[in-house]
Amino acid sequence: MQAFEYANPMTVKDAVALLGASWTDANVLAGGTDQLSLMKDYIHTPKRLVNIKNIKELAGIRKAGGNLRIGATVTLDELIDNREVRMAFPSLVSAARGVGSPQIKNMGTVGGDLCQRPRCWYFRNGFGLLAQKNGRSLVDDGQNEFHAIFSQGPAKFVSASSLAPALAALGATVTIAGPNGTRSVDVASFFVAPSSDQQREVDLKPNEIVTQVLVPMSGAKNASYEVRLKDGLDWPYAAAAVALRMKGSTVESARVVLGHVGPTPVVAEGAASALAGKSITEEVAAQAGESAVQGAHPLSGNAYKVQLAKTAVKRALMEAVKRA
Amino acid sequence: MPNYSWPPMEQRRVMGKRLARLDGAAKASGKAKYNSDVRPAGTIHGAILHCPHAHCRVRSIDTSAAKALSGVTSVRVAAEPGKEIMWPNAEIAFVAARTEEIAREALRLIKVDYEVLPHLVREENLAAAGSRAKPAGEVVTGDPDAALRSADVVHEGEYGIPVITHCCLEPHGSTVQWSGNKVEFWPSTQAISNVGGDLAKGIELAAGNVHAHMDYVGGGFGSKFQADLWGIQAAHMSKESGGKPVKLYLDRAAELTIAGIRPSVYGKIRLGAKRDGTLVAWDSLTWMTGGMAGGGLNADLLPYVFRNVPNRRVNHTAVATNTGAQRAWRAPNHPQVSFVTCAALDDLAAKLNMDPLDFFKKNANLTVREAVYVSQLDKAADMIEWKKRYHSRGDKTAGSMKRGLGLAVGTWQGGGHASQCRTNIHPDGSVEVELGSQDIGTGTRTIITQVAAESLGLPMNAIKLNIGDNGLPPSGASGGSTTVGGVASSSRIATLNALEKLFEAVAPSLGAPADQLEAVDGKIQVKGNPAKSLTWKAACAKLGVKTISENGANDQRNPRGLNAAGVGGVHMADVSVDVETGVVTVNKVVAVQDCGLIINPKLAEGQVFGGVIMGICAALMEERVMDEATGRCLNQDMEFYKLAGIGDIGDIQVHMDITPDHDKRGVVGLGEPATIPTIAAIANACTNAIGVRVPTLPLTPRNVLNALAGRRMA
Ligand SMILES: Cc1cc2nc3c(=O)[nH]c(=O)nc-3n(C[C@H](O)[C@H](O)[C@H](O)COP(=O)(O)OP(=O)(O)OC[C@H]3O[C@@H](n4cnc5c(N)ncnc54)[C@H](O)[C@@H]3O)c2cc1C
Repeated sequence: MQAFEYANPMTVKDAVALLGASWTDANVLAGGTDQLSLMKDYIHTPKRLVNIKNIKELAGIRKAGGNLRIGATVTLDELIDNREVRMAFPSLVSAARGVGSPQIKNMGTVGGDLCQRPRCWYFRNGFGLLAQKNGRSLVDDGQNEFHAIFSQGPAKFVSASSLAPALAALGATVTIAGPNGTRSVDVASFFVAPSSDQQREVDLKPNEIVTQVLVPMSGAKNASYEVRLKDGLDWPYAAAAVALRMKGSTVESARVVLGHVGPTPVVAEGAASALAGKSITEEVAAQAGESAVQGAHPLSGNAYKVQLAKTAVKRALMEAVKRA
Repeated sequence: MPNYSWPPMEQRRVMGKRLARLDGAAKASGKAKYNSDVRPAGTIHGAILHCPHAHCRVRSIDTSAAKALSGVTSVRVAAEPGKEIMWPNAEIAFVAARTEEIAREALRLIKVDYEVLPHLVREENLAAAGSRAKPAGEVVTGDPDAALRSADVVHEGEYGIPVITHCCLEPHGSTVQWSGNKVEFWPSTQAISNVGGDLAKGIELAAGNVHAHMDYVGGGFGSKFQADLWGIQAAHMSKESGGKPVKLYLDRAAELTIAGIRPSVYGKIRLGAKRDGTLVAWDSLTWMTGGMAGGGLNADLLPYVFRNVPNRRVNHTAVATNTGAQRAWRAPNHPQVSFVTCAALDDLAAKLNMDPLDFFKKNANLTVREAVYVSQLDKAADMIEWKKRYHSRGDKTAGSMKRGLGLAVGTWQGGGHASQCRTNIHPDGSVEVELGSQDIGTGTRTIITQVAAESLGLPMNAIKLNIGDNGLPPSGASGGSTTVGGVASSSRIATLNALEKLFEAVAPSLGAPADQLEAVDGKIQVKGNPAKSLTWKAACAKLGVKTISENGANDQRNPRGLNAAGVGGVHMADVSVDVETGVVTVNKVVAVQDCGLIINPKLAEGQVFGGVIMGICAALMEERVMDEATGRCLNQDMEFYKLAGIGDIGDIQVHMDITPDHDKRGVVGLGEPATIPTIAAIANACTNAIGVRVPTLPLTPRNVLNALAGRRMA
């Protein structure tokens, strides 16, 4: 790990001022569960770390207008334990439950989960975010079992965040503070597929901080389903999150978002619109799964993930309507 | 001469008891200090510069900036210009510095110019291996071609089990302090009596000048027998750093790539049987890699266990890959050939429409221990309710969850290694048992103490055991499942030799000849006559000021019936497979294992539990992933080098085959046999559940769904 300076601001304003124009000037430190690994592997080499855990305005979960406001430094464990979250957003709880280990849930934050870097093993082994060598993708003919089936241009890694699909399905927005004040972005558009190694996979500048997530309390039925191999310390192979506005037992409108299958969460609009006006049966859910993977382009070694994504959609839908 | 034989089963008071391991609390509470925890005063830190290429030549290396960094005390080049490097992460240079951070920073200041050379790092496609493939020559018995032609049913299949690593929780390494001509050595090792000499040889010192000591080791599995380059370089760096202790342990990436692997085995197999299930022919072409050396496979291992099939052809090819070298891995090559064989046999049974339980039993006469296997198959079948729950291939019940049963067999030699022991009985009644052995987690401490307590008629806490130091009477390395046989025998003999001396000392006071005395319940008494006795303490007091110190050795040529070799085992698995996700869940594994005389059933079962868990890891998720384009290992971390956690292992039931017949053979090791059949049992259960063979392990969603979809492996 490269030696670095450590800053410990108490306000968002000070924190932003301590960040810099480039990613090598300074990085945000939240729970550190990813940031420190990135630094140990020399993937991040900031001259300064800006700890945001002592900034009071970034903490806590509370109702704000028609939204539930989740502070960026809320830990995954706090999220899971929160009563409002449990009542309104089972999809978020189940996504957070799947993360890592108790230790990671205790340290890892909501902001950190959204901003964590991809786990692509070429990226983590120092071959760059797009994993190219002499202009050719290492992923295409390489070991791509865990990679995207919805690549976007040269980006073949998968978005790591498990919270992102759930939040995107719920129509949440992130609030971002920078030198010129704050702005707000839909979670779904917060994730962007980079076209060069220098870009990031999130809509965030080096001197910006995610301050909160606003989740509309719309009453939509929601659920997420992750295909996981191991019981802990592992990543989903594919996931789906759904949110359904219901009228009786009929779907009025739906959002279906796939996770861990593309460089961003993949919003499956076709699947969602096909659900409108239907009641969810096993068959309808399976059809939604099929349409969600229309347009998937698996790589040489991950055709199996198409099946996983399908199944995840089907099971998330069944789970959503199982609940009263 | 004392009668060294083990006391009859029914007379044992301490041996055979399910005692908890003596170091359990220390380990569970963190009080146990592993050598990687040891930090002698003044310790400085070593770090290794690893090669980023799979195959290259060092053109030049410049260490000047590293040497100039403040806090750096030693920089050593391990790969001089001109040296050809054969695998990724090979050692290029070593640095010692005041802190680990400085050492690592210094590594980044070393400039190396590499000439990159062509490499091969993947072996599953034999056709692509070209000149890297070295056939070992064909071994034929009988007439396999004719037998296959006339067989009623022939099955042909392809099977593959990838390279896995040892992934020791405590990585390889040591702390070394070299000052003057003395070396203090704290290695993480399976061979405390030998490893000091190994280091001494590497640094050209007399063996006696290296003092090696270790209380606990965090896993070795066959990969920790030597001082290794890491120990040797740490020693040199210590000397160059003014005799300060240098702590040098591998990081996880190095641990997973250069500290040993288990070779893969891929194979094309043809085998044939008569309609009644009699196996008549076996024909296999296997290949594997164990690194640049290729990887040899003893032709006698195929077909595994059912070795006496009358007609067989065995071809094996070693594939040299630019990957870290293999080391012995818990039962070297047996788990792989158990998988290849038992999977092929299971597929043949399916083609015969035969229950594999009947098929394996039918052919048990082709093994060298027919009766043992038949009884173990029956026992395991009982435990898993095979007869009630077995269905033919493919669970036909509705829904995505399919359930199946599978079975497999294993065998292992074991035996007792060379071991010497010294038992001291002091006039104050205290007893020390001393040997240069190590407890690699198997419970060696506990079983030696049980043997000594049994032999002296004393409780466990009356025995002080000293192990883990090369100043003690030498005892063999812990490998090949030979430790328990060796140390149980040497400690039995040394302890009875010491007891004989005590008998001689107290005989006059008890008015009986020494050979008429016995040690029972903390007393020395005239045989069968508790009235004529002395307490242990009173007896020892008769020694005056003279300590008894007697030696004993396990004589490998004549183990006196105390230990033996050769065991069999049967595992059966019950798994569920979600055919929509390819996720395989182990519901239950039952293991029936014979292992001769069992000193502590609880610890013996513990070995089997551990063996089964390692088998579950390899069956479900474990594999080393090499990337041909970059020549690198992509999962040199514990995130993508997946191992099962507590929630992934299901219910494990162990039955130790404790019978008078097994018992009278003496002690036989079981660390290795316990892990052999699990993989194949799970793979066969998965096939039984889903109706198709997943040819290549592990049984990950990818491999399972590809098999279900009829996709070739990518
Ligand atoms: C074995 C393992 C398994 C895991 N499994 C999963 C899983 O299944 N699903 C999943 O989603 N995650 C998983 N994780 C990842 C885990 O959720 C993240 O590491 C964690 O959420 C990151 O949060 P943190 O607060 O520790 O972030 P940090 O490590 O502190 O930061 C991560 C990154 O985000 C930036 N950052 C953090 N907070 C902010 C902010 N408020 N504004 C701007 N930038 C910020 C940092 O600069 C850094 O680049 C796993 C991790 C491990 C080690």
